[in-house]
Amino acid sequence: MGPLTALLVRDMRMAVRVGGGALIGVVFFLMVVTLVPFAVGPDLALLARIGPAVLWLGALLANLLGLDRLLTSDYEDGSLDLILMARMPVELAVAAKALAHWLTTGLPLVIAAPLLGILLNLDPKASGAVALTLLAGTPALTFIGLIGAALTVALRRGGLLLAILVLPLNTPVLIFGVAASNTAIVGPMPFGPPFAVLCALSLISMVIGPFAAALALRYGLD
Amino acid sequence: MLELQALDLACVRAGREVFADVEFAVRGGEMLAVTGPNGAGKSSLLRLIAGLLAPARGQVTLHGAAAEYTVGEQAHYVGHLDAFKPSLTVEENLAFWKAVLGGGNEVRGALAAVGLDALAHLPALYLSAGQRRRLSLSRLLVAARPIWLLDEPSSALDAAGVTMLGEVMGAHLAGGGLLLVAEHGRLARAPTRELQLGRATAAARRSRGQA
Amino acid sequence: MTLIALANPSRFHALAARVLPWLAGATFVAFVVAGVAASYAPDDYQQGATVKIMFIHVPAAWLGIFAWVLMSAAALGTLVWRHPLADVAAKAAAPIGAAFTLMCLLTGSLWGRPMWGTYWVWDARLTSVLILFLMYLGVIALWRTIEDPARAARAAAVLTLVGFINIPIIKFSVDWWNTLHQGASVLRLGGSTIHVSMLIPLIAMLVAFTFLFITLHLAAMRNEILRRRLRTMMMLQADAAA
Repeated sequence: MGPLTALLVRDMRMAVRVGGGALIGVVFFLMVVTLVPFAVGPDLALLARIGPAVLWLGALLANLLGLDRLLTSDYEDGSLDLILMARMPVELAVAAKALAHWLTTGLPLVIAAPLLGILLNLDPKASGAVALTLLAGTPALTFIGLIGAALTVALRRGGLLLAILVLPLNTPVLIFGVAASNTAIVGPMPFGPPFAVLCALSLISMVIGPFAAALALRYGLD
Repeated sequence: MLELQALDLACVRAGREVFADVEFAVRGGEMLAVTGPNGAGKSSLLRLIAGLLAPARGQVTLHGAAAEYTVGEQAHYVGHLDAFKPSLTVEENLAFWKAVLGGGNEVRGALAAVGLDALAHLPALYLSAGQRRRLSLSRLLVAARPIWLLDEPSSALDAAGVTMLGEVMGAHLAGGGLLLVAEHGRLARAPTRELQLGRATAAARRSRGQA
Repeated sequence: MTLIALANPSRFHALAARVLPWLAGATFVAFVVAGVAASYAPDDYQQGATVKIMFIHVPAAWLGIFAWVLMSAAALGTLVWRHPLADVAAKAAAPIGAAFTLMCLLTGSLWGRPMWGTYWVWDARLTSVLILFLMYLGVIALWRTIEDPARAARAAAVLTLVGFINIPIIKFSVDWWNTLHQGASVLRLGGSTIHVSMLIPLIAMLVAFTFLFITLHLAAMRNEILRRRLRTMMMLQADAAA
């Protein structure tokens, strides 16, 4: 098993085994969605109209909360030092960690979204659109979050700062994710263009994220 | 011939100069003991050689080894932290490091050499401090790298553990590897040479008139 | 760079001390000239005299972006050459850039109020500037939270460059979002194209504000160098007592 695969597999195993990671993110997602009707009232028509936005915001926040443990646990027990001394490029190592994080935190949110859409009175077509946009957009959220995680890795309680750094960068993803979802409800705008931009954002972030994170980690751990 | 050289090495952490004008050469089969009081920069020196810190001045060069890898990529580093995941078993932890560090030696064999063979299936959570140290040291055996950088490796080890450490170090030196050990107290083996930090830095600072 | 070898920043510090009074003077003169030019500019037929807020709003926007570009150049200096002055330049520029960005938001809000009837309508340009302001706050927070100045410089440099790449993406996204939601009835800040009689005072104001930025930046860099010297002296004091 090569070093990258070993890293990927271990991170996924940890996320599932520790019992944190995957499920807690989904539970938080559920709670945020549940709070919305308490805030705006149970008007079904209104909920259906803001549904995609609520799901996207919930997913974004749930993803944000999980970013804290992307790099800090390895930093705190000294594993990160050793990963930097392995014979693999740091960029690929952090990309593998981000991928593992997305598979165990982002993907469950994508799967949960249609179910939560029921709470918001979304019809299957709208729910499907939201899930699809989340599938295309959550990688961007994770890989952009990777940058924030690398910048704040050595800080105690860097979680809030991480959020401040990452949220402005997440804005384009949110804009296009919700817009693409809404085309399934409102029309007549086609789904294609905003969805394509969303995919492009994810691809760009999957390149920039690891490079920026590696830059931040090298020599930056003391 | 394997040789690790440092020339005019200086280290700055948090704006403070930790050490300066450090020079040494270690050859394959030799052990350098890095000594000095607390804060003299022993840990910083090891981290610097490992590539985890950038030097403020000077350079570290390695001769007679694979040219395509950096010094850090050919070194083992055992620091103060033990780098294991409590929720994974002892064996899973070591297997992970074997894969990441590109090792070719058997996990079971390495665990046996450090005396953790019987606990291989246990979650690392249940290990005592001394056992965790042994798990850290087992990393050295599961992947072959010529340079070993050990920062207080015998801390938390009992007498038997220190003996084991001495044997492991001896085998490494006999195989042509080189060793840098920073220790506060007793060393597990007699060193070939000693590098005293703290005194050198203070003298250098005085000669510069504390500018 | 050891704490002993502050030679380069010291030379800069001395140079800045000589240049600063002249710069301050030039700034004052530039503002007087620009102010006179602005007072002669005609009122807008639709907006009246309030259009003259543009003379503050537009330069503020320009300098808000310029400061980030400057920080990005300094970030390259930090990451590629590890030049200590680059750290100082980047750290000094951030609060000034944030201040100009905030000024742009406030003047934009005041300018829009007569037109919109309210202080904020999520106008595309102002919203982009708002996100830029949030990014400035993030960089400043990063500078303040990481204690080791060299590490803080490195982290801020990475964030600045990532932000630099993202600014066009964010602008594009916000513009797109705005057209999606407001359609044809958008009341754009700035109205029609700028007439030449407004252009000259605007450029004069731009020059004046740029002088102001450079003056403030140089002064801030001097302060930062002094701050680092103070830190060095305190550390030496602690070391001597040890």
